[in-house]
Amino acid sequence: METIFDVENFNLWYGENHALHNINMQIEKNSITALIGPSGCGKSTFIKTLNRMNDLIPSVRLSGSIKYRGQEIVNSKINVYNLRKEVGMVFQKPNPFPMSIYDNIAYGPRTHGIKNKSQLNEIVEKSLRDAAIFDELKDRLKDSALGLSGGQQQRLCIARALAVKPDVLLMDEPTSALDPISTSKIEELVLELKKNYSIVIVTHNMQQAVRISDYTAFFLLGDLVEFDKTDKIFSQPADKRTEDYITGRFG
Amino acid sequence: MSDQVQSEVRVIPDSVPFRRELYSRILKGCMFLCIGITAALVAFLILYILVRAVPYFSWEILTTKPSYLKGTIGVLPDILNTVYLVLTALVIVLPLGVGAAIYLNEYARSKKLVKIIEYAVETLAGIPSIIYGLVGMLFFCQFLGLQTSLLAGALTLVIMSIPVIIRTTQESLKTVPSGYREGAYGLGAARWHMIRTVVLPCCIDGIVTGCILAAGRMLGESAALLFTAGFAHALHGYIDGITSSGATLTVALYVYAKEQGEFEVAFVIAAILLVLCFITNYFAAAFGRHMHKIHADSK
Amino acid sequence: MNLLDKNNKDTVESIAGTIFLVLGIVNIAFVLLICIYLIIAGLPAIGKIGIIDFLFGTKWASTAAEPKFGILPFILTSIYGTAGAIVIGLPLGFFSALYLAKIASHKVRITVEPLIDLLAGIPSVVYGFIGMLVLVPAIRSIFDLPDGASLFAAIIVLAVMILPSIIKVSITALEAVPEEYELGSLALGANEIETYCRVVVPAAKSGIAAAVVLGVGRAIGEAMAVMMVAGNAANMPSLFESVRFLTTAVASEMSYSSGLQREALFSIALVLFVFIMLINAVLNVLLKRGGVKRK
Repeated sequence: METIFDVENFNLWYGENHALHNINMQIEKNSITALIGPSGCGKSTFIKTLNRMNDLIPSVRLSGSIKYRGQEIVNSKINVYNLRKEVGMVFQKPNPFPMSIYDNIAYGPRTHGIKNKSQLNEIVEKSLRDAAIFDELKDRLKDSALGLSGGQQQRLCIARALAVKPDVLLMDEPTSALDPISTSKIEELVLELKKNYSIVIVTHNMQQAVRISDYTAFFLLGDLVEFDKTDKIFSQPADKRTEDYITGRFG
Repeated sequence: MSDQVQSEVRVIPDSVPFRRELYSRILKGCMFLCIGITAALVAFLILYILVRAVPYFSWEILTTKPSYLKGTIGVLPDILNTVYLVLTALVIVLPLGVGAAIYLNEYARSKKLVKIIEYAVETLAGIPSIIYGLVGMLFFCQFLGLQTSLLAGALTLVIMSIPVIIRTTQESLKTVPSGYREGAYGLGAARWHMIRTVVLPCCIDGIVTGCILAAGRMLGESAALLFTAGFAHALHGYIDGITSSGATLTVALYVYAKEQGEFEVAFVIAAILLVLCFITNYFAAAFGRHMHKIHADSK
Repeated sequence: MNLLDKNNKDTVESIAGTIFLVLGIVNIAFVLLICIYLIIAGLPAIGKIGIIDFLFGTKWASTAAEPKFGILPFILTSIYGTAGAIVIGLPLGFFSALYLAKIASHKVRITVEPLIDLLAGIPSVVYGFIGMLVLVPAIRSIFDLPDGASLFAAIIVLAVMILPSIIKVSITALEAVPEEYELGSLALGANEIETYCRVVVPAAKSGIAAAVVLGVGRAIGEAMAVMMVAGNAANMPSLFESVRFLTTAVASEMSYSSGLQREALFSIALVLFVFIMLINAVLNVLLKRGGVKRK
């Protein structure tokens, strides 16, 4: 298997607060990596580093190295806009733009310079199909995206992220705002997407991690406590703290 | 789904396409240009007025009245007229505006009536001052027989500035936590008693802010006063002053600048108005901040 | 203690309730008073002159031996003047607001915003005065005109006067846009400027439209500043000619008017009032939609 992200001795500070300590991990291509851990453990902070969304917070400082396909993204002059095109992101709360479904999907390609109408149509249809929502929405592409249900909105956001043809999808608790039925639809979708994309997903829900992920990383208080194959983590955790967490003793 | 080749090399390009870069730079340039023009405009206005006015400032011009005999010009009557007018209008508008806000926030049961009243208040806020001037002239000067007088002007300003007082009072009433009201009711307090002892003391800041904002608008008003308060520059005490015609600072500025060509005194008045405007803005912002701080603390 | 007892306290309470009800309703009375007075004072002259001749007559000569009362020049001047002020003031205010709301550092913002407030608080006669002394002579010499007091001078003064309200309302509208939209756009690889212009601004469009309508209301109702720079001749509007607005038509002749002339001035005020009511109705719809509070 190929490595898509290679994280070495990575540290992150919010001002004086040392939020992530010496993280080392390798994220495999075309796999699903789940990040679990109690609130405030740094897992969301970590995932936002992978597409440099943390740049938006002025007080953040980084050290160490994260390489995306061999290219250094920490403290490097890499073009973040192009990085974010490769490394897409889906947020906790569905955040479709207040425009039509079509324009939501076309936003990314248009931003990156695609103006040709038939090309856009093709991308919109393909993205919606890949997000398994085309059949539901094909007759209402001109309607406002804000009229959709929460689950539909989230799948629309996934389709929107797919439309710029990313390589990696980061998902920050994508189902925590959704009902169980929508959640299971998203989970099926994520499993399907694994064929073509590498996925890193933050989740609060350990069953979800078990159901969908190949690898699991357990974060606690800014430390990466354990990182291994998911079935290994959940059957024979190497660290006592991991065991305590997955058996529900804290969290 | 085979469009992604397994061995594809994905390199992050160093730059975004030129067109995107250009688009962003042009828009950013527009923003800098516009904020620059706006800031330069403000700076020019302030400096121009102050620089031109300073040479003419003297104790005499501030403390005398115009005299054709001596050929001198003083702005004291205009200052006093402004003070009389603003104080009178504030004293009247305060209970009217605060009372209406209390009704809207604390008493009103009928949503429909609240909507109508709020629509009326919004309408009042949007009517231009020249129309207030006309209606003030017809109603206060002619129908009520007040003649052209500061009182008629003050009453006109009362109607004009009611929306400001209502809006700021309503905003601060909304910041009073409903727990306070429930607490007072729980002790058996009746509504007005509860409002007087619990709610109103909490929103003094908001009411003061409203008064300052209203005073600021009154200080700057001219079109509504032209036909209601008149143009005279006589020096009067309060009682005589309020019942006779008198020019406020703004009206005096208009008359001196447009009709008499006395630019020196006009600059002095413009500078006084600028300083007053600065002071009212400063205090309104200070009280407004205080109010929001209380609001944030009580959350 | 009998719970049904009435006492003094209850009397005070019921009086207080009644007083507050009256104070609330007084505001409706004020609006009605203004409407009724304007209609009573304004309708007769329209009837005498004829509504077509009044609204669409192109000649105003109120003091001529054979007086003419056509207010089309005033209506058109008010419309052109307001449109011109928006054309200049909107881009200036909009880009300034975008800068202040999104790009400016905290320090810049707390320095510039009080200046904008000051701009909003400066009395209109002061704008008129400065316009008269600086702008009018400048226009005269730049465009080589016999007199600089013109529609153009009025447009510039009005543009400056509506600038602060456009900036403040736009800032409020831009800040009401949820941050998630911005994050969503950035995560797709758009840069900050693209994000502001293509996601934030469209999301704030009702609020920005409200800013425009508010500016229109301000500009169309402004009298004093315009009176000092526009020249006040009752010409059909032309950029470098002396012109008269609806507001200044009322103000400039009121003090010496009588008879039908005076009645016609009230009719002009009525026309202005109708304009303002229409603008307010539009504004209310936009404010509700944009979720922006009126300042």
